[in-house]
Amino acid sequence: MQQRFTPRTGRRIAAGIAGAAAAALMLTACSGDTGSVDVADEAPDELSGTVSLWHFFTDREASVIQGVVDDFEAQNPGVTVEVHEGQDDEKLRKVIAAGSDDIDVGLSYSTDVVGNLCSTGAFRDLQPYIDRDEVDMSQISDTVQSYSEFEGTRCTMPVLADVNALFYNKDIFAEAGITEPPKTLDELEDIALKLTEYNDDGSIKRLGFNPFMGMYENTAAHFGPAVGGKWLDDDGYSAIGSDEGWPVLMQWQKDFVDEIGYDKLQAFTAGLGQEFSADNAFHTGQLAMTIDGEYRTAFIADQAPDLNYGTAPFPTATGFEDLYGSGYIVGNIAGIAKGSKNPELAWALLKYLSTDTDALVKMGNGLKNVPTTTAALESPDLEVSEQYQTFIDIALHPKTATTPPSLVGAGYTQAFGSYWEKFQAGTGGNLAEGLAGVDQEINDSVDLVSGP
Amino acid sequence: MIRGAGRASARPAPRRRPRGRWFAIAMLAPALLGILVFFVYPLIASLFFSFTSYDLVSPPEWIGLRNYEYLFTKDPKVWSAALNTLWFIVFLTPVKIIMALCVAGLLARANRAAGFWRTIFYLPSLVPPVASVVAFVFLFNPGTGPVNHILKVFGIEGPLWFNDPSLSKPSLMLLGIWVMGDMMVIFLAALLDVPKDQYEAASLDGANGVQKVWYVTLPNIVPVLVFSLVTGLIASLQYFTEAAVASGVASGKATVGSGTATTLGYPDGSLLTYTQWLYVRGFANYQLGYASALAVLLFIVAAAFLVVLLRRVDAFNPEGAK
Repeated sequence: MQQRFTPRTGRRIAAGIAGAAAAALMLTACSGDTGSVDVADEAPDELSGTVSLWHFFTDREASVIQGVVDDFEAQNPGVTVEVHEGQDDEKLRKVIAAGSDDIDVGLSYSTDVVGNLCSTGAFRDLQPYIDRDEVDMSQISDTVQSYSEFEGTRCTMPVLADVNALFYNKDIFAEAGITEPPKTLDELEDIALKLTEYNDDGSIKRLGFNPFMGMYENTAAHFGPAVGGKWLDDDGYSAIGSDEGWPVLMQWQKDFVDEIGYDKLQAFTAGLGQEFSADNAFHTGQLAMTIDGEYRTAFIADQAPDLNYGTAPFPTATGFEDLYGSGYIVGNIAGIAKGSKNPELAWALLKYLSTDTDALVKMGNGLKNVPTTTAALESPDLEVSEQYQTFIDIALHPKTATTPPSLVGAGYTQAFGSYWEKFQAGTGGNLAEGLAGVDQEINDSVDLVSGP
Repeated sequence: MIRGAGRASARPAPRRRPRGRWFAIAMLAPALLGILVFFVYPLIASLFFSFTSYDLVSPPEWIGLRNYEYLFTKDPKVWSAALNTLWFIVFLTPVKIIMALCVAGLLARANRAAGFWRTIFYLPSLVPPVASVVAFVFLFNPGTGPVNHILKVFGIEGPLWFNDPSLSKPSLMLLGIWVMGDMMVIFLAALLDVPKDQYEAASLDGANGVQKVWYVTLPNIVPVLVFSLVTGLIASLQYFTEAAVASGVASGKATVGSGTATTLGYPDGSLLTYTQWLYVRGFANYQLGYASALAVLLFIVAAAFLVVLLRRVDAFNPEGAK
């Protein structure tokens, strides 16, 4: 006789499946070990064992990191460092969330993750180690310290940084008889309009400066130091709407866009080469000036070696002249995962990567990123070209600013950026109301994560 | 076994052997385990996490309906993302089906070089989605792309295509049409399977071409149409890759990993789909609990769509519903 599943049997099986799933779910809700922070009274005299380093670099850049790791191993013969390259933030967080002890030191390319890693204990509190080993934190600027800690918890150390400045084409300047880069936004606009050329059909042939928000490195974060724009208040809520500088900057930028023409700029920007390709518009001369990071010097050396260019701090708005010389800085951060099975060894490696002058100089030269300690910045071994010196100066400037860590990661910068793009297109409505709306959006998002 | 008329034998039926039932369950166990691990557990987990504040690293914290309250009253982009997704459902899916059906219809009647043309139309569907989107965006680059150059030869000022918020989705629709080869092949097989005697009978009854299509062709291929509609609907609801890559390439800042979140939706949020917004909230903003709420809502909407769709297609039941 043929066996049949009755509906009753089917219901029993379904109930069993659901029950098993619910049981598995309950296990999921149980957290992994948060990682006790038992710090030895003294650092070990001799290091030994295996420690893992997870980072995001690949190819040539990964080999630079490997070189520094090799130096660490040479100084500590009993230590083996297992390097896992090409690991982005998502992978780091997933491995840590799984409670794995495979990861000791994690190096992230973004400070967006600091708020989450520090507040959740995913990265260990480093302050006990810093105090015990008397690490000289004064070597690291206040701004850099601020983006590598969250609400008083230092769970990461900075490892190299990116700094933004103005790049300008010296040949184009010379053709127009311009001898100095602009220091104010009004000067920038005047020079840019003077250097802008059009085709016979009225389309843009060359731009003196592309003010279009969203193009290449044109972001609120990079423009913000021109007015000392503030992002978050002490409680982590939005300070954008109440800041006096942002409206000034945004209005200047929109007026500049309208002066050239939104549609023309849109068409011109759409036709530009990819940012990190040899067709970058600054490389090709389609842009006479642009804002970019210190890594651009390496790209130019590689992709456009004949380009005659200079660098200078990004101009500031009228009324904010005291900020000239500063800029925007943000960088890589590294910490010890909560599940690390050898935290002392992990700390030794982390301290080496973040504070050893030779290591920072080697990485800075290889990756063409800015070192994050004063000693490394002033080291005679740091390869500094005339153009690169601008970035060193900006990094050392006391008013150089950053985007602070937040529980919502990059959510607040994205919210502001989205509104700014609408504003420049003319669809953002009243500016004050729009910025108030940005505040509300950010605060609602923060409340969702941290609210009652 | 031949059943005879009259009363059954007085001998009692043999007892069902328990070993038979458990043997069946044992044979089904691997599949059941897969369903449990890869379907049921994620489904229940998403539902659970949607009522929590969860950032993946910390244990989930129960917050009741707060995620849903935020979703329906405070999220600034969820409804625009949902509308963008709805656009793809309403336009991309039907247009792709119609174009695939038309091409299949032509190929079904082709005599010469039929195999060649089938290959030509099918090949684009073999190109990996990321590669095809990158290529399309470059072709349609308003400044340097060949499409606008060709239009200029004819005196036409080419639009901004993927860089224009009002044209970005139609531009992706063109891509969708270009890669419809897989759907076309399925339609072609169905069309070739339509009994020719039905066409002959229709001709004898005086049916013209349109009537033959309406009364002979379509009824015979409705199951395939429904299949394409259902799979197309699901694909549109989950639309992510093509829009994300198009945004990244068109913005000039092609990024990978979580850096992609900065270019999603370009230009001006016009390509931000529901699943992209779910990804941003979950993995860029560390709000996996909220992302789970978005996922639950998507599941409910998808299920509702399918129920309505399947109920309205009478011929879904091959035996005839009425």
